[in-house]
Amino acid sequence: MTNKVLSIIEQREGSIKKVSYEAVSVGVSLAKELNLEFEAVVIGSEIEGLSNFGNYGAAKITHLKNTELHNFSSSAYSDLIGNYAKESNASVIILGNTSFGNELAPRIAVKLNSACIVDCVSLTVESGEIIATRPVYAGKALIKSKLNSDIKIFTIRPNVFKAEKISDQNSEIKVEEITNPNLKAKVVAYKKAEGKLDVAEANIIVAGGRGMKGPEHFNLIESLANVLGAAIGASRAVVDAGWRPHSEQVGQTGKTVSPSLYIACGISGAIQHLAGMSSSKYIVAINKDKDAPIFSIADYGIAGDVFDILPALTEEIKKIKS
Amino acid sequence: MKIAVCISHVPDTATRIKIGSDRKSIDSTGVTYILNPYDEFAIEEALKTKDKLGSDTVVYAISVGGEANKETIRKALAMGVDEGVLLKDDSKRDSFGIAHALSEEIKSLGCEIVFFGKQSVDFDNSITGQLTAEYLGFNCIPVVVDFKLDGNKVIAEREIEGGREVVETEIPVVITAQKGLNEPRYASLKGIMAAKKKSITEKPAAAYSQLTETLEMNLPPSKQPGRILGTDSSAVPELVKLLREEAKVI
Ligand SMILES: Cc1cc2nc3c(=O)[nH]c(=O)nc-3n(C[C@H](O)[C@H](O)[C@H](O)COP(=O)(O)OP(=O)(O)OC[C@H]3O[C@@H](n4cnc5c(N)ncnc54)[C@H](O)[C@@H]3O)c2cc1C
Repeated sequence: MTNKVLSIIEQREGSIKKVSYEAVSVGVSLAKELNLEFEAVVIGSEIEGLSNFGNYGAAKITHLKNTELHNFSSSAYSDLIGNYAKESNASVIILGNTSFGNELAPRIAVKLNSACIVDCVSLTVESGEIIATRPVYAGKALIKSKLNSDIKIFTIRPNVFKAEKISDQNSEIKVEEITNPNLKAKVVAYKKAEGKLDVAEANIIVAGGRGMKGPEHFNLIESLANVLGAAIGASRAVVDAGWRPHSEQVGQTGKTVSPSLYIACGISGAIQHLAGMSSSKYIVAINKDKDAPIFSIADYGIAGDVFDILPALTEEIKKIKS
Repeated sequence: MKIAVCISHVPDTATRIKIGSDRKSIDSTGVTYILNPYDEFAIEEALKTKDKLGSDTVVYAISVGGEANKETIRKALAMGVDEGVLLKDDSKRDSFGIAHALSEEIKSLGCEIVFFGKQSVDFDNSITGQLTAEYLGFNCIPVVVDFKLDGNKVIAEREIEGGREVVETEIPVVITAQKGLNEPRYASLKGIMAAKKKSITEKPAAAYSQLTETLEMNLPPSKQPGRILGTDSSAVPELVKLLREEAKVI
């Protein structure tokens, strides 16, 4: 008998990743629709703010705990989730499609003789079955599919599903002490990118392209990003030129992002760039060429010079924020 | 030591996608196929590893798919890979089916280090490496930007959201390559000529019964082109007003 939806909460350095709230909300609503129980699971050592998940409908959280599990270990984490899913008769498992979820989901699927669909942008229940929609060919097409395995595993694209507060209860946390985790592969160090918000997780992205004319002008992008609390993105042209690090590249061979607002500055909108950002909720384009392809997918555009518009935009936003 | 590089044959990234008549896959007429861009980093790392380990190391390029994949295998051979293997399958297998076939072949060849590109730019799943590792019982480090081998020990840096992780493990291992891992070499003219003469081993891909089912493929809803608000900074106040009041995103 399989009877439970499990959402996996992701922590790094003891703090919870935002996509976990989305994974819990998705799990809670699927459990409701499918008439299954719901439970959240987290692996780690000391973790802050776990009981807040109660607000999102996670009445119960199982915390698989060991100080050696503070750092991510793909071998230990996939073993533990696989075993817990078996023990608890899970039939559906939801994770965020981050580096964490994308690594674990397939490995857990093989352990459970089941399958997974990753990077879902929609999960609906039709005649008692979960139908997943995900982008393929870098978002140039969408594919609908389902799983015919006993246990069904899905990862959800961050920032697409809503994390919904539905209760004022705190979660009850059940701690299970883990002995001898399988640390065959383990993280020995974490190098945080200095004080920077990652494009893949950001709610607002300000991205610059070759129209910025040189790395020294990215301070205009940085100032705007600062007032908006945004992450910085880049086109491949400026990454290849060495103006910006590859971790900021958006597009088919960079990151795929779905922020609520994407501001493209001096970016032409090549098909490979659009592939990575066209699912953003709102797109603003600033480009002096009014025929640039970026305008075809932008909601709002200014067909002008970034060196004139960016400082004015930063000032205007500063004004309304103060 | 035997090293495997698993490579895929994908539509050129500039392709405009049309949906096929089955409504479940793309229409491939007129589409140019290329070696998956991330696989170039995987091939380069395999060749670099061979250079370090010595000339008795053999690098195999393995691909699952149809006759057309031979073109992509030849590209790997031209870059310097020793042997090419095509695991033939003309159906549209899911990543599990591909990983299963690869793992059977890797097992029978006895490879201990396996490189993949971190993602195929067709289905963008980024899971085939992890699946193959799991089928083989190998360790796995995905999305790697720095790889070091020291005896049996592997130390790799991988890209994650907001930073990098340093991961330690041992061979046998599966590594999936991210851009930044290395600078892929160009095939030399000599390499290209030699690759033309090399034979590619062909065998049927190991059978697999698939658990994922494709229901339909569609183009994303097309977006209404937006409004151009002006041509200079005088349009900025209106833009900010729209972002605040209409879009409600700032
Ligand atoms: C296999 C492959 C994978 C790729 N993957 C990616 C990817 O992941 N991401 C990606 O971005 N690209 C990718 N590309 C590259 C892509 O094809 C484009 O070359 C790239 O996106 C162009 O970057 P850009 O828009 O910054 O530069 P350009 O195309 O040169 O555009 C610059 C724009 O700036 C505008 N401009 C110039 N001056 C000003 C000014 N003063 N004010 C305002 N506007 C100005 C110009 O009008 C122009 O539109 C890939 C290509 C290939 C072949």
